[in-house]
Amino acid sequence: MNCPECDATLNIPDDASVGEIVSCPDCGADFEISKKDGSNVELKQAETVGEDWGE
Amino acid sequence: MSKVCIVFDRLRSEEKMLQKEASNLGHDTLMLDAKITQVNTDSKKEDFDLGDVVLERCVSYFRGLHFTSSLEFLDIPVLNKFEVANICGNKMFMTLLLKKNNIPTPKTYFSFSSDSAAENLDKVGYPLVIKPIIGSWGRGVMPVKDKDTLEALVEVREITDSPHDRIYYLQEMIDRPPRDIRVITIGDEPVAAMYRKSSDGGFKTNIALGADPELCEITKEMEDLAVKASKAMGGGILGIDMMEDDKRGLVVHEVNNTVEFKGLARVAQRNIPKEMIEFALNYVRK
Repeated sequence: MNCPECDATLNIPDDASVGEIVSCPDCGADFEISKKDGSNVELKQAETVGEDWGE
Repeated sequence: MSKVCIVFDRLRSEEKMLQKEASNLGHDTLMLDAKITQVNTDSKKEDFDLGDVVLERCVSYFRGLHFTSSLEFLDIPVLNKFEVANICGNKMFMTLLLKKNNIPTPKTYFSFSSDSAAENLDKVGYPLVIKPIIGSWGRGVMPVKDKDTLEALVEVREITDSPHDRIYYLQEMIDRPPRDIRVITIGDEPVAAMYRKSSDGGFKTNIALGADPELCEITKEMEDLAVKASKAMGGGILGIDMMEDDKRGLVVHEVNNTVEFKGLARVAQRNIPKEMIEFALNYVRK
């Protein structure tokens, strides 16, 4: 599928799971896999790093 | 067969490793995205299928903490416990508890306004290390070497005006080799440790910033200190950070609640995610 931001081709591994982050190799935008049904994948904008993120 | 629920908000390799090890052990796993889960005051444990035990693995500290409180409200066993997460997520609470339990920790100064922090620094002398009381991955941690640096920091904090920025946490600068030590404890038992070396010879040694991990043999001193620190925090699954003070030996400067382990898991002799799953299931069997 293509990057919703810049239309570059996104390579989403077959074993990717819902909740995983996919980064566009061209524009660097991050997307979260919100739904996955076989090869049908839906993406949403990933959250940006928050002040409270970490361990 | 048991069922382990792994709560996440961003699925990282750690959560996938936990899922895989649970499966290898013959247990079911449920991956639950905290961002799309709803709880209310009438919710009951039976409304959810969260298995026998929950491992809270959110990357957002506040999301994980509040999610944990709702799980405990529902009487669902969760690791780490709310109290442990609450303390470890706040550097001031954590430092005070370390000291209260006679665990060697760097001397730390707390001020509750910028003027008071400046007054303290004038009294104590430069440099000290400033750390935000909430936050990880070395963000906002820096040596304050002079008054100009402090004034710049105060200015930035006054612009951002986060409530936690009004609390000033300033720590003595430890004379140490350019590395620190991360010990992972599971149920008060140290299972693996690594040296974290600054990637560019700089001040910070966070893996998230590119520091190189190197397997570290757990000495008796490290083990004793890690066990004491884990017990002081309330146990569970923790990452204990230590520095090698040239004068005093090891000092514990941080205890992490939702410990990241993908780097260490690659080189550790023990299977960290497997032991986490086993511990979680034993925790509910007790």
